[in-house]
Amino acid sequence: MTTPLLSLQGLTKAYPGVVANDNVSFDIGEGEVHALLGENGAGKSTLVKMIYGLVKPDSGRMLLRGQPFAPPEPRAARADGIAMVFQHFSLFDALNVAENIALGMEDPPPMGSLASRIREVSETYGLPLDPYRTVGDLSAGERQRVEIIRCLLQDPKLLIMDEPTSVLTPQEVEILFETLKKLRSEGTSILYISHKLEEIRTLCDHATILRLGKNVGECVPAETSARDMAELMVGSALQTPERASRAFGEVALDIIGLSVPSPTEFGTSLRNVHLTVRKGEVLGIGGVAGNGQDELLGVLSGEILTEADAVKMAGQPVGRLGPTARRRLGLLSAPEERLGHAAAPDMSLTENALLTGSVRENLENRGFLKWAEARSFAERIIEAFDVRTPGPENAARSLSGGNLQKFVIGREVLQNPEVLVVNQPTWGVDAAAAAAIRQAILDLASKGAAVVCISQDLDELMEISDSFAALNEGRLSTPRPTAGLTVEEIGLMLGGAHGMEVAHV
Amino acid sequence: MIVLEKRPQPSQAWSYATPVVAVLATMVFGGLLFAAMGKDPVEAIRTIFWEPLFGEFAFYYRPQLLVKGAPLVLIAIGLSLGFRAGIWNIGAEGQYIVGAICGAGVGLAFYPHEAWFIFPLMVIAGAFGGWIWAMIPAVLKVRFGTNEILVSLMLVYVAEQLLASMSLGLLKNPEGFGFPGSRNLQSYDSAHNAELITGTGMHWGVVAAFVAVIFSYVLLKRHMLGFHIRLTGEAPRAARFAGVNPARLILFCLGTSGALAGLAGLFEVSGPSGVVSIDFNVGYGFTAIIVAFLGRLHPVGILLAGGLMALTYIGGEIAQSQLGLPAAAIQVFQGMLLFFLLALDLLTNYRIRAARKEVA
Repeated sequence: MTTPLLSLQGLTKAYPGVVANDNVSFDIGEGEVHALLGENGAGKSTLVKMIYGLVKPDSGRMLLRGQPFAPPEPRAARADGIAMVFQHFSLFDALNVAENIALGMEDPPPMGSLASRIREVSETYGLPLDPYRTVGDLSAGERQRVEIIRCLLQDPKLLIMDEPTSVLTPQEVEILFETLKKLRSEGTSILYISHKLEEIRTLCDHATILRLGKNVGECVPAETSARDMAELMVGSALQTPERASRAFGEVALDIIGLSVPSPTEFGTSLRNVHLTVRKGEVLGIGGVAGNGQDELLGVLSGEILTEADAVKMAGQPVGRLGPTARRRLGLLSAPEERLGHAAAPDMSLTENALLTGSVRENLENRGFLKWAEARSFAERIIEAFDVRTPGPENAARSLSGGNLQKFVIGREVLQNPEVLVVNQPTWGVDAAAAAAIRQAILDLASKGAAVVCISQDLDELMEISDSFAALNEGRLSTPRPTAGLTVEEIGLMLGGAHGMEVAHV
Repeated sequence: MIVLEKRPQPSQAWSYATPVVAVLATMVFGGLLFAAMGKDPVEAIRTIFWEPLFGEFAFYYRPQLLVKGAPLVLIAIGLSLGFRAGIWNIGAEGQYIVGAICGAGVGLAFYPHEAWFIFPLMVIAGAFGGWIWAMIPAVLKVRFGTNEILVSLMLVYVAEQLLASMSLGLLKNPEGFGFPGSRNLQSYDSAHNAELITGTGMHWGVVAAFVAVIFSYVLLKRHMLGFHIRLTGEAPRAARFAGVNPARLILFCLGTSGALAGLAGLFEVSGPSGVVSIDFNVGYGFTAIIVAFLGRLHPVGILLAGGLMALTYIGGEIAQSQLGLPAAAIQVFQGMLLFFLLALDLLTNYRIRAARKEVA
């Protein structure tokens, strides 16, 4: 057997109270696309941080082409040919593409020659990008290209990609995959982190699955079913959400010709949005974040007030009602940003239960708080949604993302809403928790609630929604029944304003 | 190397321990300062902390503690509500002055008529004066988005001019031989905020301070409004999501802190001071900001902090007169206290860990 490019041997890293990686070993071959699969908190991030020199392992070692490899800092890792594209981009909006790339370089060449190199690389790998465009004007997919090109300019041997497709449209994903395949054919190895199993099956040669910090299995994704991989990842049989067949009732929520300027400078204004959701119906709204999703949620939750008639609940105008009045009517919502919007990070779960539950759960008496009832409401959420926490007195920020998300969704679902609006309900949530959340949403709909689910995850929307609409630059497409929609049609609905240039490889 | 590591949860133990550690550290470093100035550090610290409470003349100093502490606590309680919600009223000094002017003005308007209702009316007028002065930055902020820090602070200087004008003009004592300053309310029974029990320093302002502490405690612990105040301070976006109306909250927080500062001014002018004069205000409104933070914006903490602050004031004065310490040294000493408190505050949310130097 030939020497692998990178060999991890018994890597262990413990943080106070948790072992992030426990004796993890695997090899990444030359020119191989290697998937690293695992739920949130399985230790994927810690592992790649060790490879990239951001974290030092407690024990174990790494061999790069047979030589001991222990990068003390990312610079050393880069010098050895390791490059990484992070999930969250670190780009300056006000600078142009070339300037952003120059900032990340040890000794940047003159701007002119850098720009021509950027052009060269972007053409070679089918990643169209103008070096002189301002990053602030780029779509998420284009920003990712900046990060990828920044890595490619270093001519890496191993490219690490952390959840690269979470912000991309289907077309953009295709472009990316073409690029990655081309890189592979040139002998670059890729460590690909994802929880989207279908992607891994189409792209990756080999997969390592982590669970609770341990390597629990390896497989060849093309020969393994997505379900089997998911079960390895979760460690138990996975439940796919079931939807009971149901008839839709009367119109529960109606938005008529809504146009709202964005309340913030960098937000997106909503333009002439129409939508109708009936009782028992789940409307899925797709689209890349930043196209008016937050604003749409604000308009529905009551944080952004509109003309009274623009938003109607069961025929009743609610556009001028604030969040509390809307909750009283049964219009509940769960924003995307868990910490700081849906929940107050430093407050206890009891207090966070009170945050939206006070009206419908009757947690106040003439303004005086019923702490005992609030606490038992929090306990009910924790119990019903399997939130892993020692108890309701713990601060929201002490919970993992998935657990807090279960808490936030559970808090709204348990209040028996007439209309529930959720934004990115399973963003950053592990497979088991995501399945539980989707099931809860479906159960709620089958009990007769109308649900609006805003999400970037198209698989999720296909799974749970009855009709589908796409939000693009503040405009909402006409909703269409989900059944029978093809991926191409969805891609076209998503607007094509971004990233429609097809890769010319 | 030392690294700071964020705690998953704020440490309960440290949030109680930091004020104590801060006081101890202030004693140590204050002692070093006094030693460097050639004074006996132990003697100086003992004079500041011990003398007012248990010294030979404690019978005189102890009531002074209440007299000095009460306005600080009363103002700080009001400020803490706003501070918790991220609404920064820096102009309590001005609200204190205007409260005193309004309250005293109502009292003097009745002079020399004696009636039971005069003092209650003065109390209402005092609170109203402070409230209206705080409403200026509040309304400007709500209507036009002005910065309440600047507006409230600048209104302090306007209030000081108003005070000078009042003591030289409208409220000037007609029998005062042309000297600036109003009639002395201490010698006008219906308007005098006298000691409730002679020799204790206990006057209505002290009672009001204790009542304010209890009210604020109940509000923050048990009432929706208090919950919304805390929520706004911790996560403004979550507060909007919860249905908090930011404008109403700004009006409430600034209004309440103004009213309490106005009350403090009224109780001072009708009691310990007695006279509306040019130099009536002595900085309670500003010191109360320190007291509010020293008490960690917690009602009970503020009560203790007000006591501690009053102690260092009185102790500081004794140290000045007995040991000849300069006033500036006492101010540095008080500054140290705030500095250590804010610095050690970090430990509530972070832990310090000695990191082995990572070897390449």
